[in-house]
Amino acid sequence: MAYSDKVVDHYEHPRNVGSLPKEDPNVGTGLVGAPECGDVMRLQMKINPETQIIEEAKFKTFGCGSAIASSSLATEWVKGKTVAEALAISNTDIVRELSLPPVKIHCSVLAEDAIKAAIADWKKKKETSTPAATATTVGD
Amino acid sequence: MAIKLPIYMDYHATTPVDPRVVETMLPYFHEKFGNAASRNHSFGWTAEEAVENARAQIARLINATPKEIIFTSGATESNNLALKGAAEMYREKGNHIITQVTEHKAVLDTCKRLEKYGYEVTYLPVAKDGRIDLDDLRRAITAKTILISIMYANNEIGVIQPIQEIGKIAKEKGVLFHSDGVQALGKIPIDVQKDNLDMISLTAHKLYGPKGCGALYVRRRNPRVQLSAQIDGGGHERGMRSGTLNVPGIVGFGKAAELCQNEMAEESVRLRGLRDRLKDTIFSKLDEVYINGSMTHRLPHNINISFAFVEGESLLMGINDVAVSSGSACTSATLEPSYVLKALGVGEDLAHTSIRFGLGRFNTQEEVDYVTNRVIEVVQRLRELSPLYEMAKEGIDLSKMNWSASAEH
Repeated sequence: MAYSDKVVDHYEHPRNVGSLPKEDPNVGTGLVGAPECGDVMRLQMKINPETQIIEEAKFKTFGCGSAIASSSLATEWVKGKTVAEALAISNTDIVRELSLPPVKIHCSVLAEDAIKAAIADWKKKKETSTPAATATTVGD
Repeated sequence: MAIKLPIYMDYHATTPVDPRVVETMLPYFHEKFGNAASRNHSFGWTAEEAVENARAQIARLINATPKEIIFTSGATESNNLALKGAAEMYREKGNHIITQVTEHKAVLDTCKRLEKYGYEVTYLPVAKDGRIDLDDLRRAITAKTILISIMYANNEIGVIQPIQEIGKIAKEKGVLFHSDGVQALGKIPIDVQKDNLDMISLTAHKLYGPKGCGALYVRRRNPRVQLSAQIDGGGHERGMRSGTLNVPGIVGFGKAAELCQNEMAEESVRLRGLRDRLKDTIFSKLDEVYINGSMTHRLPHNINISFAFVEGESLLMGINDVAVSSGSACTSATLEPSYVLKALGVGEDLAHTSIRFGLGRFNTQEEVDYVTNRVIEVVQRLRELSPLYEMAKEGIDLSKMNWSASAEH
């Protein structure tokens, strides 16, 4: 199978590989896919709670070249965006940018899922930590 | 010595034609172009003589007689002829066929078709080492069983089946025994007498001969095997396979067989050494690597390794100057991981990470070392990228995770 130049570039020089501290309340982690299916993506974002801006994004992916490229691209795209903007990224944008063939569309779907899962995780953390924060304020 | 890239290490798929074979074939394209079935002039006689010479060369390699070699277009046709031809011919005796789950599709899909025609097929399972259980085989045989078809050696994992023992059982029970011998021919000794084989499918292009030329050994004595022809016409090949013979191909097949006969002993020792060098270096440099299939009962030039936490297609992409194959779903047309590995009980997660290395006549030690180092380097790089490797290193049991399976699979 021939890969597009952009897929090869992301595969050979993946952007933003790594991890962010999972316990950090400002970090959202999205882990999607399954080893049995041949692809697992983990996307993490550090989000500024004041500005809602994604300040940092990291990924690790088990999967084919297109899966690696899709998640690498996703980290590039979400960085500097607001949560709302990141949620608007669609898998078809990724397909277009990387010229993914039809058999690789699921890789882009997974990347979109990973963005949404990371943001959902961050929101969940915020909801559970906010009342606690309020309580401390009241106590003061 | 400078290494020429890309390196071919996929000899189970096909092999280059040996230059000595090419040379032998060349006169039969233009100068000696006759039809081997032309009985009344020298052009025909010359072609016929060449075909008979090749028939004898191939027969010798498997300890058969020349008349027992039926030329076909390749092993897929040979498998079809063996199974369908025997099923049709022996229909009155019974309608039951026994095969096993890791056969090539040329056997499995032929069996599927026979099932549609009212035949019953038993697909024996294999153990973790890739071999069938002889007791399973014994138990599967009934009064209706007409044929056992078990491959000599597997194309993905190189595992050699207990052919002699199967032959013995088949003979005791009076059941015909066919084997797909494609991967084994010319690589390990095959003896149709010792093995009690009644039929064996062969092909030229896996032993440094040309593509489009195969054969089926069909036993003539004790018992005399009869087959219903699947291609009708001029009655060539003892009426079992009509069609003008591919004379240059057959000449090449014969020469390739002769070369293997002369060089197999030495070649298999050399390739085993290289194969073990590749395997041992990989195992000394990487953790979490697993061999698929028996190491004891295995073709000398094959190794199939799962590199846990690294998806096969991405690994192939990283070693794109090396031609090998993967059991990963992403590399198959069906998007399913290898059914052979699944049959061994290899989990789908590990099946996705498997690579088949098939070494051959023209691989050098320098090439093997280059491939080994590339594989190690790329696996290490991709593991740095793999969330699964990180989680496994943290002690997380991946099998206990609640994975959000994507709808697309």
